[in-house]
Amino acid sequence: MSETTIAGIAGRMPKFIRRADPAVLTAFACIVLLLFVGSLYSRSFLSPEYLLQQLKVASFLGVIATGMMLVILLGQIDLSVPWSVATGAMMACAAAAYGPLGVALAIPFGIFCGVAIGIVNGIGVAYLRIPSMIITLATNAVAQGLMVVYTGGFSPQDSATRAMRYLATGFAIPGVPNAVVIWALIGAAMVFVLTRTGFGRTVYGIGNRERAAYLSGIDTRRVVLIAFAVSGGLSAFGGVLLAGYASKAAQSMGDAYLLPSIAAVVLGGTSILGGRGSYLGTVAGVILITLLQSILSVMQMPEAGRQIIYGVVIVAMLLLYGRAPASR
Amino acid sequence: MKDWRYWLAEQRGTLLAFGIFIVMFTIYTSNHPAGFTANVVQTASNKGVLLAFVAMAQTLVVITAGIDLSVGMIFLLTNCLASWLVIGTGIETAFGVVAVLGTGLLCGAINGAIVIYGRLQPIVTTIATGAVYFGIALLLRPFPGGSVNEDLADALTGRLFGVVPASLVALLAIVLVVWVPFSRSVLGRAAYAAGSSEMAAYMSGVPIRRGKFAAYALAGLLAAIGGLFLTFFTYTGEAAYASGNAYTLFSIAAVVLGGVSLFGGKGSAIGAIFGALAFRTIGDLLFVFDFDPLWQPLFQGVILLIAVSLGAFALFRVRNRLEWFL
Repeated sequence: MSETTIAGIAGRMPKFIRRADPAVLTAFACIVLLLFVGSLYSRSFLSPEYLLQQLKVASFLGVIATGMMLVILLGQIDLSVPWSVATGAMMACAAAAYGPLGVALAIPFGIFCGVAIGIVNGIGVAYLRIPSMIITLATNAVAQGLMVVYTGGFSPQDSATRAMRYLATGFAIPGVPNAVVIWALIGAAMVFVLTRTGFGRTVYGIGNRERAAYLSGIDTRRVVLIAFAVSGGLSAFGGVLLAGYASKAAQSMGDAYLLPSIAAVVLGGTSILGGRGSYLGTVAGVILITLLQSILSVMQMPEAGRQIIYGVVIVAMLLLYGRAPASR
Repeated sequence: MKDWRYWLAEQRGTLLAFGIFIVMFTIYTSNHPAGFTANVVQTASNKGVLLAFVAMAQTLVVITAGIDLSVGMIFLLTNCLASWLVIGTGIETAFGVVAVLGTGLLCGAINGAIVIYGRLQPIVTTIATGAVYFGIALLLRPFPGGSVNEDLADALTGRLFGVVPASLVALLAIVLVVWVPFSRSVLGRAAYAAGSSEMAAYMSGVPIRRGKFAAYALAGLLAAIGGLFLTFFTYTGEAAYASGNAYTLFSIAAVVLGGVSLFGGKGSAIGAIFGALAFRTIGDLLFVFDFDPLWQPLFQGVILLIAVSLGAFALFRVRNRLEWFL
């Protein structure tokens, strides 16, 4: 009964709303709700400066979540995000200590290290057929081990290069932080790849049924490998930006990005089983998570309460629209 | 085929884990400065038993073709809770133990309810509930501290008759009380069946939902037993995020080493226990060979990577390429 009435209401709405994913709409509705709740707490919550600041903070998560989304669309998951982020940041800062050439190559080198982690993940998942959740946990542990050996267990002393700081905190276009511009560029590239290229269609195809994609003559293993490499590279790039933002790398800087990046993608309506989802949803998820974090910190919620609210919100929103079909 | 060959095929993973453990432990004790003494065995078993409990918990869920990324956090939560409750007179202590175990059971049941009745994916669900459990642990113990009934703690971490480590006896008791009845019950068989082929099990009228629910709930209980023992060893409660994550990670490594298939339906908690003991021993090998402790995380990570890659050998036996895609 309720379905027919919902369909009736939807029929009268403009076309762009009818075509939109209900999950994406829910996420945007939650963003509006959060902004409203936030404005009750503090008058400056709706000021352009504050919102722009939030967007800047969101862009770090946005870059990382972009890679995560690509992997989740395949029906896989990348749990190596924490130390891919930290490795990217630390290696970029480390390269900066090796003279002018090192400074010039710092950012590419950081990203390269992330891509290397991603390639190991990709080989494990695509060619060795190890469940992605397991191999990425293992590479995460190896990356952590390597970084612990490299830094001697302390946060490294090398600091970020000027280029890294400029990317994270500078303003190339007046009024718009560079980090936001970077996220927009990466996001636009992702949308183009997903919707306009063969690679993107293949990603959706593999996420729906890898066997069918393989039988259609697609080298599914290569696509999976590339997707993991991209995810590792984007995580590391996120780390490079974060290092530029804080002007140095730290041991556990990536830990705070695993759960939010998965949550942002999944809350944005991308199916965790793969094959379904849009980048717009991920953008909504990233902003939603960032605003939630911001409100909790405005409310001076301690870390414990934040973790609890986080977990509860994710489970609750998934129960609303992320459920698998009933077995029959 | 004869009966014993079936038995051998079924227990191959467990026996392999047992073999690895024996070899590693022999190398460990023969290079240990103190040699094979009751003290060395006691210390090793106290460390190994913690991971063994968490690995048993992980096994129950993995058998149903799921995964529980919150075991480490349940372990932390119950540790923090025990540092408040398991103290005082005998009755108070007993009440505290029951409350701690009940909390673990409840955490596991919540995971199970969300995964089975809420129909969400185990990975995302348990990452999210893990965050909640860690948050509660942090509320209970913002700073490390607390205390525990030391008589009970010393009794369970000491030695029986001066030789046998009490923690190993406790582990054996838990196996006999929890794992053996479960794996032979209808619910246990249902958990295996659900992991092997959920569709076939459903069609055959196996109570897969109840079986999976029992597996998740018991996993919480076993993680709580692990948390209780952690409190007995350390006398304190501490909500350390890195430690919870490490236990989750190591439990997966132990399960894989113990011959439990991550695709579900295959393996036993006994194998996972030997996997856990072997993993701990391998990690400690560095110390007897005088390596810098800084190398330990890398060493454990590489072992984990090798352990999970071993499963890839099954690919050589695949005749039809379509079987790559499960």
